[in-house]
Amino acid sequence: MSRRQRNRLLDVALHGAGLTATLLGLVVLAVLLFDIFSDGFGRISWDFLTSFPSRRAENAGIYAALLGTVWVITLTALLAVPIGVAAAIYLEEYGGRGRWSRVVEINITNLAGVPSVIYGLLGLGLFVRTLALGRSVIAGAATLALVALPVVILSSREALRAVSPALREASYALGATKWQTIWHQVLPVAFPGILTGLILALSRTIGETAPLITMGALTYVPFAPDGIWSAFTVVPIQVFNWVSRPQEAFLANAAAGIIVLLALLLVMNGFAAWLRDRYQQ
Amino acid sequence: MSRRRRDLIERAIEWALRACAGLSILVTFGIVSVLAFETVQFFREVSPFEFLFGTVWTPLFFQKSFGVLPLVAGTLLVSAIAMTVAMPAGLLTAVYLSEYAPARVRRIVKPVLEVLAGVPTVVYGYFALLFVTPLLQRAIPGLSGFNALSPGLVMGIMILPMVSSLCEDALHGVPRGLREAAYALGATKMQTTTRVVLPAALSGISAASILAASRAIGETMIVAIAAGQQPRLTANPLVPVETMTAYIVQISLGDTPAGTLAYRTIFAVGMLLFVSTLLLNLASNWLRERFREEYA
Repeated sequence: MSRRQRNRLLDVALHGAGLTATLLGLVVLAVLLFDIFSDGFGRISWDFLTSFPSRRAENAGIYAALLGTVWVITLTALLAVPIGVAAAIYLEEYGGRGRWSRVVEINITNLAGVPSVIYGLLGLGLFVRTLALGRSVIAGAATLALVALPVVILSSREALRAVSPALREASYALGATKWQTIWHQVLPVAFPGILTGLILALSRTIGETAPLITMGALTYVPFAPDGIWSAFTVVPIQVFNWVSRPQEAFLANAAAGIIVLLALLLVMNGFAAWLRDRYQQ
Repeated sequence: MSRRRRDLIERAIEWALRACAGLSILVTFGIVSVLAFETVQFFREVSPFEFLFGTVWTPLFFQKSFGVLPLVAGTLLVSAIAMTVAMPAGLLTAVYLSEYAPARVRRIVKPVLEVLAGVPTVVYGYFALLFVTPLLQRAIPGLSGFNALSPGLVMGIMILPMVSSLCEDALHGVPRGLREAAYALGATKMQTTTRVVLPAALSGISAASILAASRAIGETMIVAIAAGQQPRLTANPLVPVETMTAYIVQISLGDTPAGTLAYRTIFAVGMLLFVSTLLLNLASNWLRERFREEYA
């Protein structure tokens, strides 16, 4: 074989290896989805969605956990979104190259890399014990808000950065103040981008299990939360609880719970994608 | 509105925004102080030397022993398996997407890989325990129902999208001129990639691998579900082990009263986990900054 042929062959080999590696991820995703749907689809029913957990697998449902997830994620959004977007506005529009914003920036990058289970320990020590909020919806939401905060800040900054500087300069030239420029010009333009980032950040937070378990959220909750002080569980914790049981029937429940969770994520991500397409010209 | 009043409002708004940005510093401060507070209490009863170098971890037994090494070994074992999957596969995916794939393929593949990254970790745990482990048991008869191998492999798939996207950024950062010079000398795409592009992107790729290791060490639900809860100082991937994160979950699920020694162990283990991931993240950032400067 000539050297030239050998080189050609090696080139094809690398191309093939790259393609195989790329397909590996896609194939595993397909197998995972197929496995979960074949295990759990038979359990999905109106009863499953509207029943409380039970010691008998065939009677158990996801209602309490689903409502818990809705309560917690709503409160998480109310806490993390205003603070996160405000922080992003400061860093992007006011921050400049000062020492303070440099420190804050490095800090946020590091916070984004802290394992989420550590946020659970923070929630346990700070919200559950020190502030005596107990194992309540509000303590869980506060914990998840801290998990989501770095992601919210980073994605909002990206949306703000995409706004053309010419827009800001035109506004200044007309005599507008800094805040008037941000409020009337920059934010309306950046809004779809910020919203898309927020939905993606929150959809990732819905799947978080470790911080809530560590904070002390209950795994068996036979009632729906009735306020921010109520005890709660969420869908991923319910799934974890069912997976940990030896009986076959509970495993089917876990798969069905996962389908509900994935459906929730699909709706949120689909909405984000629709928003992005609609405003992207 | 008078000029003075307007200035005042502008100032107030800026300070409010600055306070929100500053809150993130408070979060870091909160993490460090909560962990440090309980860890210091823990070290009043258990010597740091025993904790860091002891080889038996039985904090819940009657014969208590607080050597964290079995948990560290479990964490390193699972992470090493994950990295063995994620690094080659992620790098090859990045090479394919950045150097070989037509734009149309890239547009379809990248969002699908992002879906892989967005799957909740509890779902991967289910997959590892109930699909991958039984599958592996057919090939490896000695494999127990809980083991390090299966969650390690699944975790590798989980961090693959992160590795491939960071590596792809690194490959994109290599100036086009370098590639064109190689082509002009008659190099094939494979020669250009392995002898020019990959060496030039090395610090960016190293940054990606360190970040992936940090993510693997901190990953919780996959190992809590599929690796078992037996702290064991071993490098055997076929038997049940326990990681630092899985231990924290195990204690959190039980009714351990606050203020007891067992309760404090999770903060001491958490501190060790926090410090390790922080050091890895800082190293990764430093490498990435250096990479950016090289081609600025």
